[in-house]
Amino acid sequence: MTATSTFLSRRTVIAGTGALVVGFSVARRAFAQQEPQNVGEEPRRPVALPGSLKDAPLIDSWIRIEATGAITVMTGKAELGQGIKTALIQIAAEQLDVAPHAITLVTADTASTPNEGYTAGSHSMQDSGTAILNAAAQARAILVNAAAARFALAAGELKTGDGKVAAPDGRAIGYGELVSTELLHVEATPASPLKDTSRRLVMGRSIERVDIPVKVTGGAAYVHDLRLPDMVHGRVVRPPSPGARLKAIDEARVRRLPGVLAVVRNGSFLAVVAAREYQCVQAMRLLAATATWDGHSDLPESGKLYETLLALPSRDNDILHRSVALPPGGRTLEATYHRPYQMHGSIGPSCAVALREADALTVWTHSQGVYPLRGALSELTGLGAEQIRCIHMEGSGCYGHNGADDVAADAVLLAIALPGRPVRVQWMREDEHRFEPYGPAMIARLGAALQDGRIADWHHDVWSNTHSTRPGKAGDLLSALYLQAPFPPSPPRPLPQPDGGGDRNAIPLYVLPSVRVTNRFIPQMPLRVSALRGLGAYMNVFAIESFMDELAAAAGADPVAFRLAHLEDARGRDVVTEAARRFGWQATHAQRRPGFGHGFGFARYKNLGAYAAIAVEAEVARESGRVRIVRAVAAVDSGEAVNPDGIRNQIEGGMLQSASWTLFEEVRFDRTHVTSASWASYPILRFSDLPERIEVHVIDRPGEPFLGTGEAAQGPMAAAIANAVADASGVRIRDLPLHKERVKAAIGV
Amino acid sequence: MITLTVNGNDHTVDVDPATPLLYVLREDLALHGAKFGCGLGQCGSCTVMVDGRAVFSCLLPAAAAAGRQVKTVEGLGTIDEPGPMQQAFMAEQAAQCGYCIPGMMMRAQALLEAKPAATEADIRAALEPHLCRCGTQARIVRAVMRAAQAMRLVDAVGRRAEASP
Ligand code: FES
Ligand code: FES
Repeated sequence: MTATSTFLSRRTVIAGTGALVVGFSVARRAFAQQEPQNVGEEPRRPVALPGSLKDAPLIDSWIRIEATGAITVMTGKAELGQGIKTALIQIAAEQLDVAPHAITLVTADTASTPNEGYTAGSHSMQDSGTAILNAAAQARAILVNAAAARFALAAGELKTGDGKVAAPDGRAIGYGELVSTELLHVEATPASPLKDTSRRLVMGRSIERVDIPVKVTGGAAYVHDLRLPDMVHGRVVRPPSPGARLKAIDEARVRRLPGVLAVVRNGSFLAVVAAREYQCVQAMRLLAATATWDGHSDLPESGKLYETLLALPSRDNDILHRSVALPPGGRTLEATYHRPYQMHGSIGPSCAVALREADALTVWTHSQGVYPLRGALSELTGLGAEQIRCIHMEGSGCYGHNGADDVAADAVLLAIALPGRPVRVQWMREDEHRFEPYGPAMIARLGAALQDGRIADWHHDVWSNTHSTRPGKAGDLLSALYLQAPFPPSPPRPLPQPDGGGDRNAIPLYVLPSVRVTNRFIPQMPLRVSALRGLGAYMNVFAIESFMDELAAAAGADPVAFRLAHLEDARGRDVVTEAARRFGWQATHAQRRPGFGHGFGFARYKNLGAYAAIAVEAEVARESGRVRIVRAVAAVDSGEAVNPDGIRNQIEGGMLQSASWTLFEEVRFDRTHVTSASWASYPILRFSDLPERIEVHVIDRPGEPFLGTGEAAQGPMAAAIANAVADASGVRIRDLPLHKERVKAAIGV
Repeated sequence: MITLTVNGNDHTVDVDPATPLLYVLREDLALHGAKFGCGLGQCGSCTVMVDGRAVFSCLLPAAAAAGRQVKTVEGLGTIDEPGPMQQAFMAEQAAQCGYCIPGMMMRAQALLEAKPAATEADIRAALEPHLCRCGTQARIVRAVMRAAQAMRLVDAVGRRAEASP
């Protein structure tokens, strides 16, 4: 399949010809998700419909059935490699009583799908999965009722299967014959006739992911693979320091290079467009080599990063405060934890294709939010939002707000300079490393009082920049900051609880009689930052779960027993117990070999999403300081498990990615610019760091709400590793990452 | 003009001979399997086989591949008739975003063609130059082990068929 045919087939799907297309409606309002968006707001609907039905209540916003019987399911969420397409197809197929392959799924596209904001925060199953579950169940009931009227039978006598409604007397009618223009063009109701969990055939099974075959056979799977007729290539020349301004270029020399079509300069935004991709790369290099720049950013001294952040003004807010008078006596402990800037570092640099034609602009993008991006591009270009169509196509793994939106803006700026030609822009490796918005550096200070072996009092202060500078506004797009008439960046904002940003998961799930948790939000950003998988949860859970081990040690208690003694949440207790049992915590903990340690970590993501508990065995080489993870065992509860292997894949991936952050990763910079410009200066986990064994045990909860899973492993894994290192070496390290130089220095050999 | 032999077919392309093979595969031959990851030989996502050996196509000038046998992931099978390596990756569901996977498969294919009895340790060592940001490494190793087994089986059946008169 070529890229063009992928595009055409997608367009055909969208154009649609079925009976239910008429009157098809997209969302009526933007979503108030955890990450603020800059699109018109309306008050919430009084009756709470399940999941994203709240915001797009018409059933045919989600499910269309054509006269041929073809079924299209629409989601505003995007495939990011997390397997969401497959899970959503499973849900729809189950509730509609059809085979999964009978369903065509259309993902985020401003021309056809509901506006579900961003695919972020592990919200997809809770929002879109729940909406499709209910919309499909209601659609099935509507079809059964329509058939009952035709057969003059009671709906209760009819059965569905294979896209048909069948009567006991042998009569049967296909869904396609039942649909009429308005049949599914109705508002959903709060309650749905869901299939009984015991009768489920598709949900709960590890069916193979629909996106994998094309990816392993070289098909056009990513926006990077899109090839449109007459397509040309663009590359942007980034400044040597983020704050530098362009002084002069040698345009004539670059224009003489073969294939060069345009040198585009607008203020300090500088780019080149060429007919062929490698010609463009060569032209970009010459342009970069001959450009001169003025000025630079003043970055903090990297050795004093945390002091610099703490010295900046912060907006402080107690997100939990409950104090009880403590009896005298007991013991108090305090500890401070640090996390450096860390990057998303997708393996494929960000990419987008944009086409400006007559009065329309089309953008193919791996942005996590096609509607918010459209809003920002509308402001950037002055075009009306209705003139812009943003179509999601897969990118390289995403893990949060990376360069996806920024490169879409780059492609748009170049497409406007070359109307009629599709312009493809892919960032170079150094662009991605130096200019993506990083996960923020953070500081967490924890304190507790122990009495009779129990926690009597608990304090947690967390300092952080914002965890979302996602677009909504033009000024949230990198290149918009460099234009002749630049757009101002949106004012940095904290993300409110219960999801939270820097304070995500800062409230422990443990029973704490007296507790204060304070979010100290630092608006000023020394480096550009945004959402990285898990946001503040990675750091807060690392800190809380490290501190739990420190407290357990002070209390002379076993780490797992100490956690259970402070945990009442039944499902939380189940994952802790299960991870410990599968790991063989009790049996093996007493017989650790010298140099080897065991560590445990637990959290419920956002205190709203999936539960995850992880046990790790690690070996610390005293001479080199190298940490080797021997094995890692997780137990996870994601509510009803639609695709258990999909959950395992996400958790395994999260564990390894978190291991990489925790053991190796730190964005390096000098006083003017980021020096981590490639994998050589930003090492990540390799095959030689792969544990001998990784196990993920899924606790299925049929009938329970779906709980977001994608980010659940990040925090518990970090803490489990740090705790295993402390256990193996006898030294507690509270600064991330635990790279070998730091571990060696801490051990002091 | 350069003539390249890719997956058994000859293609004559008119490009600057210094153009890295990766760009020619993707842009001129519309073979999307090999991916741009770094252009620096640091990640492995562009890996293809040249005369049976795994090479970074982002570093190899197209002219240097002329007259040699280039194989990409498209040469391992098709979506309708996937080869043993591709089947193994599907069976193990060894992908998240999947961007790194074709490069991994080509390195693994080169290893197994040279060393059909490769052990898990051999596979891990061979894949060391490759990065996967999604953390799919454990599944990738399992998929290559499965492919190795399948390829040995095919070989054994083939030999038996040859041996029997
Ligand atoms: S793209 Fe060739 S090694 Fe990274
Ligand atoms: S599967 Fe995403 S980079 Fe490997």
